[in-house]
Amino acid sequence: MEFLGYFGGVFEPVAMMLLLGGTVGGLILGATPGLSPTMAVALLIPFTFQLSPAHGLILLGAAYTSTVAGGAVSAILLKIPGAPANIATALDGHEMAKQGEGARALHLSFLASGIGGVIGVLLLIFLTPVLAQWALAFGPSHLFWMAILGVTLIGSLDSKSFVKGLLSGCIGLWLSTIGYDDMQGVPRFVFADALTGGINIIAALIGLFAIPQVMEMFAKGRRDLAIEQVAVTKHKLSDSIGEIGRSGRALSIGTVIGSIIGLVPGVGGQIAGLVAYDQTRKLSPHKAKFGTGHPEGVIAAESANNAMVGPSLVPLLTLSIPGSPTAAVLLGGLLIHGIFPGGDLFERHPEVIWTFINSMLLGQILMVVFGIWIAASAAKIARAPVPIMAAAVLILAVFGSYSVQQSMGDVYVMLLLGIGMYALEKFGFSAAPLVLGLILGPIAEANFIQGSMIANAMDGPWTYFFGGPLNLLLVALVVGSILYSFLSNRAENAALAKAVEVGE
Amino acid sequence: MTSTRLQHTIPALIVLAIAAVVAWLSFTEEPSDAFLFPRVISVFFLGLALWNAYRAVSGLARVGGGIDGNTAINVLPGLLVALGFVFLAATSLGFYAAGALAFFTIYTIYDPVPLSSLNGWVRRIAVTLVFMGVIYALFALLLQVQTPRGMFF
Repeated sequence: MEFLGYFGGVFEPVAMMLLLGGTVGGLILGATPGLSPTMAVALLIPFTFQLSPAHGLILLGAAYTSTVAGGAVSAILLKIPGAPANIATALDGHEMAKQGEGARALHLSFLASGIGGVIGVLLLIFLTPVLAQWALAFGPSHLFWMAILGVTLIGSLDSKSFVKGLLSGCIGLWLSTIGYDDMQGVPRFVFADALTGGINIIAALIGLFAIPQVMEMFAKGRRDLAIEQVAVTKHKLSDSIGEIGRSGRALSIGTVIGSIIGLVPGVGGQIAGLVAYDQTRKLSPHKAKFGTGHPEGVIAAESANNAMVGPSLVPLLTLSIPGSPTAAVLLGGLLIHGIFPGGDLFERHPEVIWTFINSMLLGQILMVVFGIWIAASAAKIARAPVPIMAAAVLILAVFGSYSVQQSMGDVYVMLLLGIGMYALEKFGFSAAPLVLGLILGPIAEANFIQGSMIANAMDGPWTYFFGGPLNLLLVALVVGSILYSFLSNRAENAALAKAVEVGE
Repeated sequence: MTSTRLQHTIPALIVLAIAAVVAWLSFTEEPSDAFLFPRVISVFFLGLALWNAYRAVSGLARVGGGIDGNTAINVLPGLLVALGFVFLAATSLGFYAAGALAFFTIYTIYDPVPLSSLNGWVRRIAVTLVFMGVIYALFALLLQVQTPRGMFF
């Protein structure tokens, strides 16, 4: 119950202001189609430089939590998920809205998000110190394999093509080596002056997540996008609370599945929402109602994608392996503030980490309150004009990346990486493994070099990096994640080929 | 070669060329100790890039729809404005002046409201001024970021 001792930090005026601002801002950003939670957190990082590490993390944590929940607004009202995590929410949520139950669907989605989110953060509170104690036994070889595992897991699971996923991870690892080598002080892959200091993680994060979305908005052209108008009529909140109380099955399935998926590195909220929706439908006596505007579909999907948020930080804080792409960006935020995740994190920075985790707990409650409050005007938020959003995100990306080190070089790198990522995404590559490679590259390299030195003084690199049960387990997980992705890709391709054959 | 196969082959060959350059530099640059980690990565990078190129050339790459002509035509004006803003205007005109110009130009290019509408122009100018005011308040006043001044500010 150590976390209770640090609750005071959350109630400081500055912390509360940031928590409120992050929650309301996150809900609005999440409700805006085209602005993903990952991009929102990446764009917010430059604003945390002037803040203390605890306050900076409070802002990022609040934004992470509320953008995922806010994404339900556009999923329900416009059938455009605000984030990939809200895809499953749109299936029944929008049908409810079309039947004049938009306010009821929004109430249920925020209440389910809040309950799932609180349970997820409680898991974060109780599981992280346990895993952190275990991680204390890790040496350089284990940390090296953990970093590689992070890249292979996210590369395998986050991409539709495992070759392209792993290739993205390799590109990220290579990008992380650009600049002066820390040990020898020699330049590596410095093709232009802007690369002398290496690739700044924050500028890269902004470019890789924001610019492709700006270009996606450009790709829509001048079309006046005819969005289906759905009127939001009032609904009694007490009725929604009663309904949530009677929806124990959907809520518990969503929360359990979301929490478990959050703990698996690299999987993320999209999978959590879809798996929870599917399982709830399978176990429901009203299977046929799913997809026609059944409230249980909304409750299962939203409780799952917010229950995922807390547990996705467990592997991040203890092992440096993010549980979702947004958690990967949060890792960048931690490193910028000089906070290096690991087994001794709770000994080195207990105040920062517990204040941050406690703020996420309070943030879940604020998210429900403000989410329900903004639900009335949600339709207006969700219909923000695309040209304004595109121009605004571009300008924010340029100013944000410049403000990191007040360097035009960072802005050039940000824009060029973003344009390159847009092109790569069009051909099936994914930003998340590339970002993880970029973030985990220095951790992998430092531990690889340190491990090589130890290995040379001992029995050689083979014994050091592949000896012992923990090394073998980690290597098996790396190989297993690649094999799993390879086999599931093959199965999908075979199914696709068969479907084409039948179609012909 | 079909257009889909060609679309996948070109980026796959570009990635392969990058992987080959990275591998070449990693194994030829000195001191070798500084390139130990890049060497390990480059082996996997090159191997995967070769596999990816083989799949693209043989028509096995199916993930990703590529970039069609309409998308390219729609993206190009915005992309040129973004590049012009960052590489030319930001330092020559000043960050805020160039930012306002870029915001207004992008909004005008992609706004579905007809260019003949006076109300449309008024709204675009007003939104640009309000947005840049917020950006100035955030970065210049709150975060005290010193941006390049250029001809204006």
